[in-house]
Amino acid sequence: MNKWKIFSKGFIKENPVFVLLLGLCPTLGVTTSAINGLGMGLATTFVLVMSNIVVSLVKSVIPNKVRIPSFIVIIASFVTIVDLVMKAYVPALHSQLGLFIPLIVVNCLVMGRAEAFASKNSLGDSILDGLGMGLGFAFALTLLGAVREILGSLSIFGIQFAEADGMLVFVLAPGAFLGLAYLIALMRKITDK
Amino acid sequence: MAKKESTLLNMVLTLFLVTAAAGLALALVYNTTLEPIQQVEKEVLETALGRVLPEFDKIEPPSGIEVAPENGKDPLVFYPAYKGEEPVGTAVKTYTDQGFSGRFWIMVGFSPDGTIINTAVLEHKETPGLGDKMETEKSDFPDQFKGENPADFGLSVTKDGGDVDAITAATISSRAFCDAVDRAYKTFMNKNKGGAK
Amino acid sequence: MEYIVIIISAVFVNNIVLAQFLGLCPFVGVSSKVKTATGMSGAVLFVMFIATVITWLIQNYILLPFKIEYMQTIAFILVISSLVQMVEIILKKISPSLFQALGVFLPLITTNCAILGVTLLTVQNDFKLLEAVFFAIGHAGGFALALIIFAGIREHLDLINLPKGMRGVPAALVVAGILSLAFMGFAGLV
Repeated sequence: MNKWKIFSKGFIKENPVFVLLLGLCPTLGVTTSAINGLGMGLATTFVLVMSNIVVSLVKSVIPNKVRIPSFIVIIASFVTIVDLVMKAYVPALHSQLGLFIPLIVVNCLVMGRAEAFASKNSLGDSILDGLGMGLGFAFALTLLGAVREILGSLSIFGIQFAEADGMLVFVLAPGAFLGLAYLIALMRKITDK
Repeated sequence: MAKKESTLLNMVLTLFLVTAAAGLALALVYNTTLEPIQQVEKEVLETALGRVLPEFDKIEPPSGIEVAPENGKDPLVFYPAYKGEEPVGTAVKTYTDQGFSGRFWIMVGFSPDGTIINTAVLEHKETPGLGDKMETEKSDFPDQFKGENPADFGLSVTKDGGDVDAITAATISSRAFCDAVDRAYKTFMNKNKGGAK
Repeated sequence: MEYIVIIISAVFVNNIVLAQFLGLCPFVGVSSKVKTATGMSGAVLFVMFIATVITWLIQNYILLPFKIEYMQTIAFILVISSLVQMVEIILKKISPSLFQALGVFLPLITTNCAILGVTLLTVQNDFKLLEAVFFAIGHAGGFALALIIFAGIREHLDLINLPKGMRGVPAALVVAGILSLAFMGFAGLV
């Protein structure tokens, strides 16, 4: 597999949200606006890339049987770092994302990439894979966030473009499910050709 | 790639080392971010105090006083403000558990007779585009509390027979906001009554 | 009375799946049959209860006294994953029939964010131990309710002729959206 393919597969072909259906909790939970989706996506990308790097570096010294617990500790450390750093420098976003930041630990996407890719591949490839998957995840979250924000509050990235009430349901919980359902269907339509 | 063999010794050792390294790294990050985090909290507090109080020289005591509320289990914080030696008002850090996404904290400033000077949102998780309109920057919802004395101003939304116009489509957040202000007011008046000579 | 409020709020108003978006992977993954959904719910109830009690003790007797709250995420996730393994081993020994019913779902629970989510929420809310227990049971109940209703609907969904792109997950998500809409009717109940 060439480098470009490792990087780009996360966007459409193996998009973690639309195709692999991983990490659905944060996908639905934080995408009330495009900014929140982007913030969550980037935080996850950071954790993904860093844990892929470390896992790839230490893969040959970790005994096979304690592989999973070691990975969990590595991932949890980076998640806590992200949590603390966001609290210090972007407090408003931190309080919006709330519980979903520590929950990056149990995002199947992060663990999945560490186990399925980084523990078997070289450092360079693992970084590319983490970056591609992470940005693909961020792309999906931002897209869903933007759709919900546009339909629900008639604004995009916090900028109001019409003075009227949007379709409330899209900002509220049901809108997350409906928005994602139609985006997945749309993605299938596009990739089917 | 050859998988390393698992013996009891190297498994225990690996787990220990990984956890120790993680603990060390986190302690380091925790200590470097501690100051900025406290700085942020201080700034939020100071901005809110500046907004809800008239001009003042000092807050005495500077870290506020914890007061048990009339209803609810966690304490509110009172920040009595003075200009010279004269009390000009008290900012009350209050909360509600009735928010659409759980608890949020606001600051309410009262003049000595109990009139609301202004309000400021400290921390919330309400829905962007709906409940977050309770922030002063996003709508004029909080303005209607300015200068009102809850003695003759019903601290609940009009739907419930009060004098507060709820945020469109965010009645729950509006009700919660009133609940927080009401908790602050009742606790404030009760404390004054008890403290008056 | 207070405990009843905690439970009602956890099951209906703040339903863990439909309002708080936790535990979605099993919600979408194992909800195609009512039988598997019931098994999963049982396993979640069991682990969530034990995990909440243990993490509560860790938080209040280890992390807080030593001022190392920043180790919270690591400590909790390690507790949950080792707990799941332990439960699996013990259950196999003492109650093979229960193991048969829950066994296959246990490994899936480690990455169920509902468990970690509830333990973290418990700590954030400053609950006392008994309140925490009711909180955990309520949320597990909410999870079970959502999962079983959803599975019941999904069994019928397979029989409907849908456009190709909407088959499977998208259709299931639309159903979840409508369920979530229904549960919003409970808002403001407590």
